[in-house]
Amino acid sequence: MIKVENINKQYAGKLVASNINVAFEKGKVTSIIGPNGAGKSTLLSIMSRLLNKDSGNVYVDGTELEKWATNTLAKRLAVLKQSNNLNMRFTVKELIAFGRFPHSQGKLTDTDHQVIQHAIEYLDLVAIQDKYLDNLSGGQKQLAFIAMVMAQDTDYVLLDEPLNNLDIKHSLQIMKNIRRLAHEMNKAVVIVIHDINFASCYSDNIIAMKNGEIAIAGNVDQVIQASVLESVYDTPFKVVTLDNQHVCVYY
Amino acid sequence: MGVSQLSIISLITLDPAAWDLLITSRLPRLLAILLAGAGLSIAGLVMQQISQNKFAAPSTSGTIECAMLGYMLSLLIFGDGEALWLIFLTAIIGTLAFVKLIQSIQFKNAIFVPLIGIIFGNIIESVVTFIAYKFDALQNLSNWSLANFSNILQGDFELLYIAVPCAIITYLYANQISAVGIGKSFATNLGLKYGQIVTIGVILVSIMAATVVMIVGELPFLGLIVPNIISYYQGDNLKKNLPNTALLGACVVLVCDLISRIIIFPYELPVSMFISIIGGLVFIILLLKREANDR
Repeated sequence: MIKVENINKQYAGKLVASNINVAFEKGKVTSIIGPNGAGKSTLLSIMSRLLNKDSGNVYVDGTELEKWATNTLAKRLAVLKQSNNLNMRFTVKELIAFGRFPHSQGKLTDTDHQVIQHAIEYLDLVAIQDKYLDNLSGGQKQLAFIAMVMAQDTDYVLLDEPLNNLDIKHSLQIMKNIRRLAHEMNKAVVIVIHDINFASCYSDNIIAMKNGEIAIAGNVDQVIQASVLESVYDTPFKVVTLDNQHVCVYY
Repeated sequence: MGVSQLSIISLITLDPAAWDLLITSRLPRLLAILLAGAGLSIAGLVMQQISQNKFAAPSTSGTIECAMLGYMLSLLIFGDGEALWLIFLTAIIGTLAFVKLIQSIQFKNAIFVPLIGIIFGNIIESVVTFIAYKFDALQNLSNWSLANFSNILQGDFELLYIAVPCAIITYLYANQISAVGIGKSFATNLGLKYGQIVTIGVILVSIMAATVVMIVGELPFLGLIVPNIISYYQGDNLKKNLPNTALLGACVVLVCDLISRIIIFPYELPVSMFISIIGGLVFIILLLKREANDR
């Protein structure tokens, strides 16, 4: 379990994370939603040691984040941000092999090759495994990065806006696979996401943030309610239930 | 090939003069060419990965000029240009400063990075030239930095062997350097210490590039074009590219050296001239290709 306690973070005098307390369990998909500048990515970055916090604690499996050796932590927790340099020309398979780095320090063993192959097959990337990333579509690239995170074989997977710039088909494909990672492989998957309906239909839990604070955290039924979302987004909302899933209408 | 005749027959017959020529002049020259070409190309390759920019190289990041500054300082402080540690140190500090600078500024277009690097290099070079004027050392400086393999004899070039351990260390750190090339969060996620890897990379680049400029002189564009050609055909997997980059770099310098020796035989032109011309052309082609790809 990842436990976040009393996290605070300031950027240039502005609180981007204020007194945040939350926990993430294995086997569940948790979405972090909220308007721009609410502190979603900040929280994700602090939890994954990409960003230093001003105060508070993050416990990964009971141990404080700063007490983890960074290369040991890399076997427990994987994080994917949107800021990768895509000018670098790697094949899909080479990229996925990076995921094994924390385990084998670059000398791939038979197990590593099996894990890489499994990730490629699991996410249906066999046909493009030897293609260069810069020749792929946005969705294929994103899948390749998710396969890399999968090969890293961690209990916790943190993804920052995995649907960024993807079309509907690829978004669905990514979300379905995120769900499989959590439910079939018992990982805790945490995603920062803007599309509320994808969050509603594919998450187990949702955290809604506003102005650096957690507005509400709970399961989908608790968070996806018109009154809650209206106060988070300052926009009128209508929530309808279709086939047991809540869908938001806000146009 | 050279001004003095050297035939294979005289070598086979163990003519001492021929062997002397081979050992003291021809062989050192060949080795110097190969080592300099390979070392500088690897330096460019590493530089491009750690700075996440295809147009970064020792000649577009101020490394060479900082090495010249180190040479000048060594000349002033110790009376000769032999204080290796000082030359390496200034090259490392300068390159590190440049890498930090470009990491703290987000550039909309990658082409700004080499431009800033060249400006940065020019500023340092002006300082060096100013010092050289002031202390009447301009000739030392231009002799030192103009690339020419003709004055390399046995005993002069051995420092270039430093490229060999540097290349081995680069190979050992290849995966880490590549991960750093993809991004800071990417590298941190894999449990790497980003700043540490960048520093190691900068040290390797600076030592290799400074050694080449010290022994041979400036070989403009080499560190820029060779890695780009390899990357175009083979991708950016550093481990895989390292041997090919070294090989191609060595070959390019060898060919340019041969041309510069033939063209006004029995005299020689400085090899940097040919590398500049060919390198400049290839650089423009790479730029245009990239523009075409972006559209």
